[in-house]
Amino acid sequence: MNKLIYTAAAIVILGILLFGSGALYTIDQTQQVVITQFGEPIGRPITKSGLHLKVPFIQQANYFDKRILQWDGDPNQVPTKDKRYIWVDTTARWRIKDPLKFLQSVTNEAGAHARLDDVVDSATRDYITGHKLVEVVRDTNRLVDENADMVNDPDAVSIDEKLDTIQIGREALTRGILVEASRIVPQYGIELIDVRIKRINYVSEVQQKVFERMISERKRAAEKYRSEGQGKKAEIEGQTIKELKQITSEAYKVAEEKKGNADAEATNIYAKAYNQDPEFYGFVKTLDTYKDTVDKDTIMILSADSEYFEYLKSAQKK
Amino acid sequence: MDFENTPFKNPINPEDIINAGKKKLPELIKYLPLAIVALLVIIFIASGLYSVGPDEVGVIRRFGKYTRTTNPGLHIKIPFGVEKVDKVKVKYIFKEEFGFRTLKSGIVSRYSQKQYFDESLMLTGDLNAIIVEWIIQFKVKDPVKLLFNIRNPRDTIRNISEAVMRQVVGDNSVSEVLTTRRVELNIEVQKQLQNILDSYDSGIQIVTVKLQDVNPPDPVKPSFNEVNEAKQEKEKVINQAWEAYNKAIPAARGNAEKTIKEAEGYALNRINEAKGDAAKFNAIWRAYNSAQDVTRKRLYLETMHEVIPKAGKKYIIDPSQQGILPLLRLGESKDNS
Repeated sequence: MNKLIYTAAAIVILGILLFGSGALYTIDQTQQVVITQFGEPIGRPITKSGLHLKVPFIQQANYFDKRILQWDGDPNQVPTKDKRYIWVDTTARWRIKDPLKFLQSVTNEAGAHARLDDVVDSATRDYITGHKLVEVVRDTNRLVDENADMVNDPDAVSIDEKLDTIQIGREALTRGILVEASRIVPQYGIELIDVRIKRINYVSEVQQKVFERMISERKRAAEKYRSEGQGKKAEIEGQTIKELKQITSEAYKVAEEKKGNADAEATNIYAKAYNQDPEFYGFVKTLDTYKDTVDKDTIMILSADSEYFEYLKSAQKK
Repeated sequence: MDFENTPFKNPINPEDIINAGKKKLPELIKYLPLAIVALLVIIFIASGLYSVGPDEVGVIRRFGKYTRTTNPGLHIKIPFGVEKVDKVKVKYIFKEEFGFRTLKSGIVSRYSQKQYFDESLMLTGDLNAIIVEWIIQFKVKDPVKLLFNIRNPRDTIRNISEAVMRQVVGDNSVSEVLTTRRVELNIEVQKQLQNILDSYDSGIQIVTVKLQDVNPPDPVKPSFNEVNEAKQEKEKVINQAWEAYNKAIPAARGNAEKTIKEAEGYALNRINEAKGDAAKFNAIWRAYNSAQDVTRKRLYLETMHEVIPKAGKKYIIDPSQQGILPLLRLGESKDNS
């Protein structure tokens, strides 16, 4: 029993001693280590995680991260090839690929960041100034290809500024930046995994101009709607008048036809009846008209010879 | 010194030790190693216990090296820093907001008044500026990769999400981003973002990308509203025109119907009158035929009987008398009467 206890105690004490003196050290899954002896690197970098041994006191373990690290640049004001000033903010993923070179050339992550600032920023600057703004903003020619649709879309804003076809596009451009920067960084023991343009914005003076252009474009779109409304209104009003005229005139036509037909039929009826004895009709009708033409204002001058006064002179039978 | 090495949790009754310490210290020293060992065993077990929540997994590293992943429940590990556990929420859906911040979520969420134009202001494919707010939701699909392949996963997600959103928005026009292509945008961003995160072997799964408020920048907003107003106005003007049309046309149709009906009435009237007149004539004529002379005479005389009294002045003139007409002075005589 006691023996067991003493053995256990001895192991614990030994462990504490080994760790305490620095002979035993651990490497985390996320880390890699370069062993230096009085500042001079000893052997290959150790990337295997777990428990490791080194010479205590004189050897030192220098830890470096093994994971993908981030680099976030400061926004830079860069002119594009078509002389537009924009802010470009890039971000990159990188890792320490060769910790030995890393230790020797940049010492630590702060040093690496300073180098990446130079390398990525200058690659970005090279690529941006060498290309037009649309190449940086757009990735495909989707908008240009679908421009036909946009013309039909009254909301489409860019009518006056014809959309330029892009040759490269944003994705390929950032790949270019990555390739160019990647050519330089291996000497620092760094591997660049990815570079992305995080943000692009107009510088404030340009921004103002862009806003003004957007406003004028919107105003024009609004005006278009208004005039479309007025146009449609006029069209409807015209249609209204046309239909009104059509309805009225068609009704007039039908009505007059009906009246005419009726008149004709009436005429036929009259003719058929009166043709039986036109003389008698003339007699009767003339008598009728007398009734209507003679009134109190009429002065009648009657000849004593007239048939009416036939018996005024004599009652002789004829 | 012995007392200092003995933690207060000592399972042996502390009072005994105190009493013993006072009275029979030498006697107690005999049991000390045993007590220490018992104590160590208990601490060993106690400090090696850990529990993993129902939405988590535990990732165990021994001396820094990944050894195993444990499921929810109570587990034991080697204590004293030999084995370390990282609990990773693998079922939890994390959320990142861009362009805005929720201060307190609830039935009525409160949002920060601060504007995050740095994050949200971007350029569209037609080189206009637009303010896009969006969220992404993600979860950990591989806790081991998340822990060991990438440092600052949250910053990475934020940075790449901004880069991807801008790239996708850069391929759309301002009106598409505002209205017509929002859904496609979400899908495209999610796809590209996932691809990039997978290329980092990050162990992160993007659950969803959702555009929130998308607005034109403030100085431009009124003119966008103006367009909407103009749209409304257009509709209004057109509706008013149709209204006038609807007012005029049915009335005109009614009037037309009226005109036609009136004509039909006229026609009926005319024909019936004609028929009536004809019938009347036929009747009279038939009667007349049976006694022509006397009827003629009768008709004539009846008419004269009716007509002559109606005349205002009557003159009966002998045809043998000449030049009587000038004496009559027709107009004057009428005025004087």
